[in-house]
Amino acid sequence: MKAILKLVAQRIALGLLLLLAVSVVIFAGTQILPGDVAQSILGQSATPQALENLRRELGLNDPAYIRYFRWLAGIVQGDLGTALSNGQDIATQLGKRLGNTLFLAGVAAIVSVPLAILLGLLAVRYRNRWPDKLISAVTLASISLPEFFIGYLLIYFVAVQLGWFTSVSTVYEGMTIGQRLNAVALPAATLTLVVLAHMMRMTRAAILNVMQSAYIETAELKGISAFDIIRKHAFPNAIAPIVNVVMLNLAYLVVGVVVVEVVFVYPGMGQYLVDHVAKRDVPVVQACGLIFAAVYISLNIIADVVAIISNPRLRHPK
Amino acid sequence: MSNELEFLSQRVALGKLSRRDFLGRASALGVGAAFANTLLVNAAKAAGPVKGGILKAGLQGGESTNSLDPATFTSQVPFCFGKLWGETMLELSPESGIEYRIAESYDASEDAKVWTFKIRKGVEFHNGKSVTPEDVVATLERHSNEESKSGALGVVKGIESMKVDGDYVVLSLAEANADLPYLLADYHLIVQPNGGKDAPDAGISAGPYKVAVNEPGVRLGGERFENFWNADKYGHADQVEIIVINDATARTAALQSGQVNMINRVEPKIVDLVKRVPGVDIHNVSGRGHYVFIMHCNTEPFDNADLRTALKLAMNREEMVDKILLGYGSVGNDFPINASYPLFPEGIEQRTYDPDQAAHFYKKSGHDGPVVLRTSDVAFPGAVDAAQLYQQSCAKAGIQIEVKREPGDGYWSEVWNKQPFCESYWGGRPVQDQMYSTAYLSTADWNDTKFFDPAFDKIIIEARAELDEAKRRELYREAAMMVRDDGGLILPMFNDFIDATGPKVAGWVNDPNQPQSNGYALAKCWLES
Repeated sequence: MKAILKLVAQRIALGLLLLLAVSVVIFAGTQILPGDVAQSILGQSATPQALENLRRELGLNDPAYIRYFRWLAGIVQGDLGTALSNGQDIATQLGKRLGNTLFLAGVAAIVSVPLAILLGLLAVRYRNRWPDKLISAVTLASISLPEFFIGYLLIYFVAVQLGWFTSVSTVYEGMTIGQRLNAVALPAATLTLVVLAHMMRMTRAAILNVMQSAYIETAELKGISAFDIIRKHAFPNAIAPIVNVVMLNLAYLVVGVVVVEVVFVYPGMGQYLVDHVAKRDVPVVQACGLIFAAVYISLNIIADVVAIISNPRLRHPK
Repeated sequence: MSNELEFLSQRVALGKLSRRDFLGRASALGVGAAFANTLLVNAAKAAGPVKGGILKAGLQGGESTNSLDPATFTSQVPFCFGKLWGETMLELSPESGIEYRIAESYDASEDAKVWTFKIRKGVEFHNGKSVTPEDVVATLERHSNEESKSGALGVVKGIESMKVDGDYVVLSLAEANADLPYLLADYHLIVQPNGGKDAPDAGISAGPYKVAVNEPGVRLGGERFENFWNADKYGHADQVEIIVINDATARTAALQSGQVNMINRVEPKIVDLVKRVPGVDIHNVSGRGHYVFIMHCNTEPFDNADLRTALKLAMNREEMVDKILLGYGSVGNDFPINASYPLFPEGIEQRTYDPDQAAHFYKKSGHDGPVVLRTSDVAFPGAVDAAQLYQQSCAKAGIQIEVKREPGDGYWSEVWNKQPFCESYWGGRPVQDQMYSTAYLSTADWNDTKFFDPAFDKIIIEARAELDEAKRRELYREAAMMVRDDGGLILPMFNDFIDATGPKVAGWVNDPNQPQSNGYALAKCWLES
C-alpha cells in the first residue's frame, strides 16, 4: 500500500513538472506569434503613442522571462487575467465554460464507457459470429461518419421529425439537472457514437490477446462458462490497455469537441477558444491551452496509476 | 378584395380560424398564396399587436468576445441586441426616411453646418433617470474621441463642437453635411447615462427591453422595460431572447422544431425547402449590401482603363444573380447604389454581358497573359463559385482569368485592400454620401478600388452641402456615372436579406436598412394568441 502511495505521489509530481514545461511552451508559442498584443488590441489604425501607453499598462516592455513568471504567479493564485477583447475576467468566464464542457463530457462518458466495454465483452464472447460482426460493423460505421454529420442526422430525425429532444443545447444557470440532461442528450449521443468504436475495438483486441494464454485454456478445461472466463480471468488482465484507450477518449471528449459544440450550439470551451483565437486574444488562448494540457496530463496519470495497480508485476517490482 | 376574404382574414387575426384553413379557403376563392399571405399580414396589423409571451430569435453573428459597449459593435448579434435595449436619437425608417426617437425634431441652418436637435422629454433610462440633452452630448463626445475606437467614429468626427441649449442639442460641423440626421441614426450611437463614460458596457439605455441575460456568444435576454416611452410601437413580448446559432443547419433546425421564433441569414439554396415547413414565412428584402470584384485603378495592369472596361463587360450579371444568389438579389450596374437609397439616380443604362465588346476592349488594352483574381470563402457566400463563373464568362471574351484561392484567416488584412484584384462585399450605408465617402473618395481609408479622381471628390463634397434635393440627385447621377465608367468596381449583384419567422409570429416589417427588420424584429413582432 505504501509503495502504491509513493508511486502515485511520484506520478503526480512528474505530471506537475510536465505541466510546468507545457506552460513554458505555451507562453513561448504565443510570444513568437507575429505582431504584438498591443497592436492586435488597438488594430491597424493605432497611433504610436496609444501603442506605447498600452504596452506600458500591460507590462509588455519587460523581458519575456519576467512576464512569464508574473503570468505563472497569477495562475498559481487562480488569477488568469482579463480578456483583451471584452475586458471580462477570464477565470469566471472560463469556469462556466469548463463546467459545461465537463458536464457534457461526463454524460457522454457515463454512457459510452460502460457501453463500449460491455459491447467489447459481448464481441469477444461471440467472436466471429453474427453479434460480433454486427457490433463491429455498427460502431465502425458510426466512427467513420464525420461527427457533424451524425449530429445533423440526429437533429433531423430525433429533434425535428420526432421532437423528442431539443436541437439547441444551450445550457445556462437556473436550469434544473433534468433540463440540462434533456438539453445535452443529442450532443452526448453524438459523442458516444464517435468514441464508442475505438474503446470497444480496443477492449475486444486486448481480451482476445489474453484469451490466447494457457491459463484461459485451463479455465475452459475446468468447465467455467465462457462469459465468466472473460469476466473473471481475461478482463482483469486486459485492464491496462483498455484504461489507456478510455482515458484517451475521455481527453478527446474534453478538448476536441468544438465541432459538436457548434452544431448543437453548446456553450463549451472549444467554441470559447476558437472565438478568442480569431480575435488574437492571447491571455485567453494561454489559459485554455494550459487547462487542456492539465486535463490531458491528469487523465494520463490516472491511466498509468490504474495500469500499475491492476498489474501485480508492476505493483511489486523486483 | 372580396368581402368574404376580408372577413376570413379578420377571423384569422382574431385567432378564430387557422392560417392553413384560411389559405385553403382563399385558394378555393381563386386567390394566389402570395396575395392571401399579404391579406393575412394586413389583417394581423389591423387587429393590433398582442402583448405578452416570450419571443426568441436564433441568430448568426455572435462571438464570446462580444461586449455590451455599443462602441465595439460589429457583428449581427450585438447589433440586434443593441436595438432591443438601446435607444438612439434618430432611427432610419423602413421607407428610408427618418424616424424621431430621443430627438423629437431637428432643424438645420441654411448652409447645413449648424444642426439643432430638440430632445424629447419624459424618456427614461432603465436605471430610472431621465434622458437629458447632456447625456446625448456626452454620448456623442465619447464616440467622437479618437481613443474610443468606436465604430461610429467616422460618422461623428466631422462634428466640430457640440453644446446643450435648454432642451436642445446644437451641433456645429466643420464641413456642411445635409445627411447628418441619417448619420446620427447609426446603431453605435446608443444614448447612455452620461454617454457611457463611466460604465460603457453596463447595458443601460432607454430601449424597450432591459438587459436581463448577457452571456456573450451564447445567449442574450431582455425583459420588457415598463417605462419605455413608445410602448405602442415596440416591445410587445414580455421577454425576448437571442440564442447565438452560427451554424446554418442548426439555425434552420431550431426554427423547424419551434425552439426559436425567427432566424436570420437563411441560405438561398435552402429557402425553397424552408418555405415548405408549415407556418414558416420567408422574408426577403432587397437591401443595400452588395458583392464586388475590385480592381486597383492605380496598379498594373488595372491602371489601364480599357482593360477595366473589358473586365466589366465580361461579367454576366444575370447569371451571377441566378446561380450565386439563386434569384434572391438584383443585378448591379458597377456603382455601389441601388433603388433602396434615397435620391437614387434613375435611368442610368444597365451594363450587360457583352463578350464581343469585352474582347474588343481587351484587344485595345494590349494586355497579354492571365489576369489573377483572388478569392476566398469569406469574401461573400459563394465567392469561389462566383470567381469560377466569371472565369468562364471571361473566357468567352478571350480573357484568361487565373483564380487564386486564399485562406479565409487573414483575407481582410492581407488580401482585401492590398491585392490589385479580389472579391469582397459591402454592407451598404444609409445614404449615398456615406457609401461614397467610406470607399470612393480619394481620402477614404477603405478606398479599396484606389479610385483617385479630384473631379469626383468635388462632386461628392458639393452634394454633401446641397440641401436642394433635385440638385443633389443630379450630382449623385454624375458621381455614379464616374464610378461606373472610370472606376475599378465590378458590381455584379446586390444581395437580399433573407430572414424567416415561425408559426404565430406577426408584425414583421420588411426593412431595407439591415437584416432582421433593421434589428428591430424582436421588438416589433408579437406572438398571435
